[in-house]
Amino acid sequence: MIPSRFDYHRPDSVDGAVALLTKYGDEARAIAGGHSLIPMMKLRMAEVQHLVDLQGIDSMKGVSVAGGTVTIGAMMTQHELIANEALAKAAPIIREASLQIADPQVRYVGTIGGNLANGDPGNDMPGLMQCLDATYVLAGPDGTREVAARDFYEAAYFTARSDDEILVSVRFTAPKGGYAYEKQKRKIGDYATAAAAVLIEKDGATCAATSIAMTNLSDTPVWCEAAGAALVGSKLDKSAIDAAVAAMLPTIDPQEDNRGPVEFKKHVAGVMLRRAIERAASRA
Amino acid sequence: MGKMHIKLTVNGKQEELLAEPRELLIHVLRERLGITGPHIGCETSHCGACTVDMDGKSVKSCTVFAAQANGANITTIEGLGNPDGLHVLQQMFKEHHGLQCGFCTPGMITRAWRLLQENPNPTEEDVRFGMAGNLCRCTGYQNIVKAILAAAAELNAAKEAAQ
Repeated sequence: MIPSRFDYHRPDSVDGAVALLTKYGDEARAIAGGHSLIPMMKLRMAEVQHLVDLQGIDSMKGVSVAGGTVTIGAMMTQHELIANEALAKAAPIIREASLQIADPQVRYVGTIGGNLANGDPGNDMPGLMQCLDATYVLAGPDGTREVAARDFYEAAYFTARSDDEILVSVRFTAPKGGYAYEKQKRKIGDYATAAAAVLIEKDGATCAATSIAMTNLSDTPVWCEAAGAALVGSKLDKSAIDAAVAAMLPTIDPQEDNRGPVEFKKHVAGVMLRRAIERAASRA
Repeated sequence: MGKMHIKLTVNGKQEELLAEPRELLIHVLRERLGITGPHIGCETSHCGACTVDMDGKSVKSCTVFAAQANGANITTIEGLGNPDGLHVLQQMFKEHHGLQCGFCTPGMITRAWRLLQENPNPTEEDVRFGMAGNLCRCTGYQNIVKAILAAAAELNAAKEAAQ
């Protein structure tokens, strides 16, 4: 399994990387951790003549938590996100979700930027970022622009990012209250059969605010505004959770594959959402 | 699309070679440098038989291009021990029957080595979670987990004795 020939570039700045993507156009691809792209290149399902490796760009590393805003460099690996104590304090849902991605070796190299920008419906971070209402910063030939995570995903592998742009960082307001990321997978390393990201804020015993997003249940992540609304004002009791699950189900569109038939996926989606709401509520 | 000049430090030794960027790290190690401890198992980044340590991270060398590894510090099973001087992990895998056919073992031990540096006192659950990227089709994992826990205890005892 050897890919076709390519030229390798390792720019040391975002501008340098963008210049290479602009120069080589369709023939170029950016590579971060490579654990989605390299298998596709080995299968020769991805043809790349110019591979632009982002590992030498220091400005795409790092995490900052300032004034309630969390900013994460796109080249931060899942392993680094898990190990980052400031991040675990500001947004513990990131660690909880990252620990459920792939396996240890993959987490050492897999990056948040790759996970977000690839547009694979199976990736966990896109739904999580929609749940957090994150903003992506894209750098291109005309400078940078920002796109909301909730507007970024168009279809499987199609996003608002154009070919000559690089996702350089992601930013969100540190969440308050309780959180949970629940994922059902067949085995370690698999993508989700269904996963749910939930944030809940309480005012006394009453649910004051929520955000809910589902993963791998459509060709994009699904931010479920109606499911969240079904909880607000409730005591987060069984009838409210039933209403939230009922509001979520019409928003997903799972397809039958080797993870199971449509009905099974809908069932698992309901179970994941129910568990995530209960756990987030217990932490709120 | 010519060859690239690639520098690696492998098991403490400086290596320089010409390779095409598309060559995978596992192929460079095995075929150009003759380091055949890391094995090619699934070649799809699932099984972990090709695990090596790269700049302090356990990586699957079937899913790293040699070009990406340019400048890196690599440790393979050959850098941990040898038949005349087994590493504690190798000794414990032997004593606790942590291998049968042995195909997955170099990757297992190289991964366990990094795991124990990050977490010198792992619980059984920590070991199972931390070894989840390495598959063994013979042992059922029980004895692999036992061997790694025993190696952790042995390494910690040696550290205490040295103090």
